[in-house]
Amino acid sequence: MAARKPKLAVWKFSSCDGCQLNLLDCEDELLAIADSIEIAEFLEATRAQVRGPYDVSLVEGSISNDHDAERLRKIRKQSKLVIAIGACATGGGIQALRNGRDVDEFVRTVYAHPEFIDTLATSTPITDHIPVDFELRGCPVSKYQLLEVVSALLAGRQPRVPRHSECLECKMRGTVCVMVARGQPCLGPVTQAGCGNLCPSVERGCYGCFGPKESPNTASLADRFLATGSQRRRVREMFQSFNAAAPAFAKEAERHEPR
Amino acid sequence: MSRVETRNPDRDAPGRVIKVDALARVEGEGALYVRVRDDLIEDVKFRIFEPPRFFEALLRGRPYSDAPDITARICGICPIAYMLGASRAMEDALGVVLDAPLEDLRQLIYCGEWIESHVLHAAMLHAPDFLGMPDAFAFAKANPDAVKAALRLKKLGNTILEAVGGRAVHPVNLAVGGFYRAPKKHELQALLPEIEFGIEASATLAKAFAGFDFPDFDYDYTCVSMRSDKAYAIEEGRLVSNRGLDIPVAAFPDHFFEEHVAHSNALHGRMRDGSPYLVGPIARYNNNAGQLSPAARDLAREIGLGATVTNPFKSILVRMVETFHACEESLRIVAGYEEPERARMPIEPRAGKGSGVTEAPRGICWHSYELDDEGRIVGATIVPPTSQNQPQIEADLACVIARNLDLDDEALKWRCEQTIRNYDPCISCATHFLDLTVDRV
Repeated sequence: MAARKPKLAVWKFSSCDGCQLNLLDCEDELLAIADSIEIAEFLEATRAQVRGPYDVSLVEGSISNDHDAERLRKIRKQSKLVIAIGACATGGGIQALRNGRDVDEFVRTVYAHPEFIDTLATSTPITDHIPVDFELRGCPVSKYQLLEVVSALLAGRQPRVPRHSECLECKMRGTVCVMVARGQPCLGPVTQAGCGNLCPSVERGCYGCFGPKESPNTASLADRFLATGSQRRRVREMFQSFNAAAPAFAKEAERHEPR
Repeated sequence: MSRVETRNPDRDAPGRVIKVDALARVEGEGALYVRVRDDLIEDVKFRIFEPPRFFEALLRGRPYSDAPDITARICGICPIAYMLGASRAMEDALGVVLDAPLEDLRQLIYCGEWIESHVLHAAMLHAPDFLGMPDAFAFAKANPDAVKAALRLKKLGNTILEAVGGRAVHPVNLAVGGFYRAPKKHELQALLPEIEFGIEASATLAKAFAGFDFPDFDYDYTCVSMRSDKAYAIEEGRLVSNRGLDIPVAAFPDHFFEEHVAHSNALHGRMRDGSPYLVGPIARYNNNAGQLSPAARDLAREIGLGATVTNPFKSILVRMVETFHACEESLRIVAGYEEPERARMPIEPRAGKGSGVTEAPRGICWHSYELDDEGRIVGATIVPPTSQNQPQIEADLACVIARNLDLDDEALKWRCEQTIRNYDPCISCATHFLDLTVDRV
């Protein structure tokens, strides 16, 4: 008798859909994936829905209202493994820029009828609400890392996802350092690798879309930006982008708040 | 399994209720509520319940140069629409005009997005409706060759995005004023064989989809799109309609407005007289088909499209004609590409106001920004295509339901879903959302 296919579910919270799109962007692998696993819930791709429990749940997006927080807890109960995918799920996403700011004023700015709006004052990562089995970084995630994590966890092994810095990627690939050669601020030294060395390859400083690496020395890098002519406000903004609620970046940004 | 509670105060009202709690095969989170009493439609609501992300508010204070990368995150399926709409608006505010070769590169990366987005929708999300299948995986079992060709064609779109932009979802190489680094000639030349494949494959798929059974339905749409003197407008042009509207980009708010309705998390775009209008592939085709490449016009004729298209279910065919056109346009640009003298125009920050529009795969996407004298954003307005189409989607639904009341609930529900999917609604984009609680019936 053939082994039961593992059941995969894909769930979306506050996000742009770009991370789950990476699954559909596995053009060469997609049909093989669909043969080897049962896609039990993937609204972006199918109207077929299969009841839980699920072997793997991929969770995209951040939590920004009570209803979503409750929905997430139910997903955890029904899933053997939960993988948080992307910067929204692991670092709050760009929408976490609201955190610590006057959200009521935001609502009034965008909406004619603020009374219709149901939102929390914060956008927070999945791990603030439930335990997860793996956090896959990136805005968006890399489809190769996504395939690696799902296949590794289903096979019961540790995923091979590098934890070193983007800066090291440049050294390994021979990419010219944009900070040294061009004097451009670059978050590469404090950002986790995995994008494929994209920004420095197009002669641009890394903007940190894979979030902080393990034990990043953000303060030293920020001081270097200041010493080479960046305004303090700009230094703060560099840490306030797609992983604004990741603790290391949030803390560094806070250090540059006007007093 | 229902993923959202439909909070409906009229729950106990008698009559036939059709609910789709979580609409599948669309980008983002949407739902539909319809109530019919005595064969009369009492209520149709297409709801968007994406939580608000407040892009326009969080852009304030950021430098103009941050806008393309930040607004890209509105939508992972059509980031180019946001990156280039924002860039256009900033260039308008800052008085920047791009060198011609840079415009060509923008047109090329936009063609990549059209190919990727149109083929994803047509083959993977929309075609299964016509085949009575739940998804493209079932379609692949029934017709592996068609789905494999579609995946390869979709991959071409992504490969173009990667060659020009660095990556397919949220490219890193686009800037206000141009690009961080111009692609090398050999990098683009390498695309040629696959573009040739794309021209052939998009025509083959268009002809295959033309054999579908299209529900009988026509609507006299007000079609709004861009128009350019130079080409079938994608990323440059003014705004026109099939009712004689012809305005500069900046005049958009004089003719259109967004309404904040209680039942959906997206603002609803309407003409100033309150009427709905259509944006997207059918609107572009109806306004500009004469500017498609001759071979694309031949293809349109061959698959049975007239001078104008009034059946929204045929949007799948128009998407394939546009895909074919985008492949031909990519071939033209890549074949003639020489590395430009500079990748990016010089920019001096200054105070100003600017607006920009481009044709996202789903229709016009309008941006407007005000900058202070350091070039920081003081105010931002973004009008995405799905919020503009939302009133028209509801109007289509009312008509489609009225003619299909004889269908059983499951069949009618599916037909309603298909009607919504005609629009390839990108719900993540239509994002000035609220979580709905108010039913005003």
